[in-house]
Amino acid sequence: MENRDHGVGARVGMWLFLLSEILLFGGLFLLYSVYRAKHPGDFHAASTELSRFDGTLNTAILLTSSLTAVAAVFSLQELNKPKRTIFFLGATIAFGLAFLVVKAFEWTAKFEHGLYPNAAVLMKRPPGEILYFGLYFTMTGLHALHVIIGMTVLSVILAFVARGKATQERSAALENAGLYWHLVDVIWIFLFPLFYLIS
Amino acid sequence: MAYARYVYIWVALIVLTAITVTTASLNFGRAGILVVLAIAAIKSTLVLLYFMHLSSEKRLLLKLLVPIAICTLAIFIGLTFTDVMYR
Amino acid sequence: MASHAEAAHHAEGPWYLDNGKRPGIRGFLTSTNHKRIGILYLVAVLSFFTVAVILGVLMRIQMLSPDSKFLSGQMYNSIFTLHGIIMVFLVVIPGIPTIFGNFFLPILIGGEDMAFPRLNLFSWYLYMTGAAVVLGSILFAKGAVDTGWTFYVPYSIHTTVDVPLAVFGVFLLGMSSILTGLNIVTTTHMLRAPGMTFFRMPLSVWGLYSTAWVQVLATPVIGITMVLILLERIFGIGVFDPSKGGDPLLYQHLFWIYSHPAVYIMILPAMGIISDLFPVFSRKNIFGYKTIAFSSLAIASVGSLVWGHHMYVSGQSDTASIVFSLLTFLVAIPSAIKVFNWIATMYKGSVKVDPPFLYALGFIALFSIGGLTGLVLGALSTDVHTHDTYFVVGHFHYIIFGGMGFGLFAALHYWFPKMFGKTYNYRTATVAFIVLFVGFNLFYMTLLILGWAGMPRRYYSYLPQFTDLQVIATVGSWIMVAGLAVMFGNLLYALFRGKKAEADPWGGSTLEWQIPSPPHFENFEKVPVITHGPYVFPKKE
Repeated sequence: MENRDHGVGARVGMWLFLLSEILLFGGLFLLYSVYRAKHPGDFHAASTELSRFDGTLNTAILLTSSLTAVAAVFSLQELNKPKRTIFFLGATIAFGLAFLVVKAFEWTAKFEHGLYPNAAVLMKRPPGEILYFGLYFTMTGLHALHVIIGMTVLSVILAFVARGKATQERSAALENAGLYWHLVDVIWIFLFPLFYLIS
Repeated sequence: MAYARYVYIWVALIVLTAITVTTASLNFGRAGILVVLAIAAIKSTLVLLYFMHLSSEKRLLLKLLVPIAICTLAIFIGLTFTDVMYR
Repeated sequence: MASHAEAAHHAEGPWYLDNGKRPGIRGFLTSTNHKRIGILYLVAVLSFFTVAVILGVLMRIQMLSPDSKFLSGQMYNSIFTLHGIIMVFLVVIPGIPTIFGNFFLPILIGGEDMAFPRLNLFSWYLYMTGAAVVLGSILFAKGAVDTGWTFYVPYSIHTTVDVPLAVFGVFLLGMSSILTGLNIVTTTHMLRAPGMTFFRMPLSVWGLYSTAWVQVLATPVIGITMVLILLERIFGIGVFDPSKGGDPLLYQHLFWIYSHPAVYIMILPAMGIISDLFPVFSRKNIFGYKTIAFSSLAIASVGSLVWGHHMYVSGQSDTASIVFSLLTFLVAIPSAIKVFNWIATMYKGSVKVDPPFLYALGFIALFSIGGLTGLVLGALSTDVHTHDTYFVVGHFHYIIFGGMGFGLFAALHYWFPKMFGKTYNYRTATVAFIVLFVGFNLFYMTLLILGWAGMPRRYYSYLPQFTDLQVIATVGSWIMVAGLAVMFGNLLYALFRGKKAEADPWGGSTLEWQIPSPPHFENFEKVPVITHGPYVFPKKE
């Protein structure tokens, strides 16, 4: 049936899975939209507690990790240079780790200031701010979980490439892992302005 | 360099990020969210088209998937707003 | 890849024989072959159905008298909750796609297996794990979940019974459903035999296909909703808590954004099978093939826009209620079109009422009653009177049990000879149907009347004036269960003692009737080439 695009079936499946992930976060975006519309001032006030520098840094980290991810796929599929693929995959995973480290610093800072769900300090704030932080931890937390999953998947694929199980002819798994990672990046592209850039 | 076109996209993404951070310091009022979301949409489209290879995808089904997801989400949120905004 | 290896072991034999690596049950549990996975689901789904029926019987016994001490209030709440969770998430949503979708989709499109056989088996294990978690939740914490299958906040946040395990189980079941849907969409797009265009596919495939889209797009929303219940309970994030600015109604929105499309996941595959049956048993091409195909897509899409009709009296805005009511009336149209088309198929046909068609006709009658009562509920004014009464319970049992359930029974009686290579007793099947149909209507029609008279749902007791009707309903439920027992007993008996079935006992024209009963492991000896639509009647002798 298909000629050279042997991985197309798996790719269709992967895109459908990504669709389900978009809808999974979608429920949270729905909550965010409603609560921001109801408490625009509180959301702005609460967002000043976040470090715009950290958010921007993390955005840059993930965007760069997307570059290394697509470079990894390109290196194998088009250039047939598995060693470069391994390098780029390693870089992507490292960037993912860097992202999580920055996020850990951010969260710890919030914990220290008493700005986490059910904390006494937070409970004294207006409801819009309580909701903002409830959504902040939920959405960035779910996102971070997906970063961890993505890093795990990429590590497994790295092992496949290293052992020769993934090759130029059999690169569907690598490509699909890349797609998953890019989705994690796209979700952050939306989370960043929604939480850090409320003017 | 074979990777050139990916690097160009990356540069565009970084520039757009810088732009969106700058616009957030300016005060657009209630339109502010639309501006940042528009830039986010442009960035995402770049990632989808070039990093995720949708621009070179032959199958129509795959090109339609993300628009379908966005439409679905927009409708869910929109109909919910008919409740929340008119109570 | 794995099923190629399996096929190499037994290229010529029927699917259930395994002379390969692992014999018997272990072979089944490790097989990625779509027919064996279909059977794994068949056994699981029917077992859970039996459990849920027993729970229902217990509820009806309690309702025999207003001061019955058979069940405590707490027990009754847990039993109707579990009855709902098991029926909705373990039986009715997965039922037809996982059993008949898995077994027959590849065959109906002329293929060898699903697009992702290993993912298919993984879906089954996810399903079984989710089932174990849900059923296991009965044993932990301070007791079985008692919130109703809808898990409404704030009660689901504050009740001390084991909500976390139950909602986690539902989450796993949702994941399983998403993966099944993804498999079905990909299979339908990628693995059709040469010549099988979309408009030459049997309508049962259209049913499975439209359903699969809803599975992929809507199910994640209940996934996140279940996660949010957990987060609220454990961390108090506040999104549904008014004391923190949260809105409990948003829970209902998120819940029903999935759970309404879910009922279309339940009914669309059943409608698809009915669409396959009418041509066969009328010896005539289906009336309006394309209309039915597009109606399936229309029901899937418009049906995803009507969820607010569960919330008319919840505090939702009037504007939203009016919008949702309008959309609800619109979505009735494609369903009605299908019913007209099915009946038109019989016109001037040569109708033979074999057991599969008996259930198909039962489907039409019961689904129509369910649909009409849906209009009462969809209209704002009458819903105020009937919301949360037995009228709702009667409505959804007519639609789900009378619709999806009878669709499943029709499919079972239609495809049993093909799947197992055995014939069953038609007369016993007919008797079973009659008993089931009589009991069903005695039971659920009475519930409609009780609801209209004011009997609320989810109550373990009631005002004395409802006693007579409650007793009639319970007796109806016993007759209904007796019918079910005879029906399943007949099929079970045939499984072991039935006569050998031929390849094409009904004179069908879709691809499954051109291969042996039961099918060989790799389905087709040669890849079929399709040159015409699915329902070619009368057949050239």
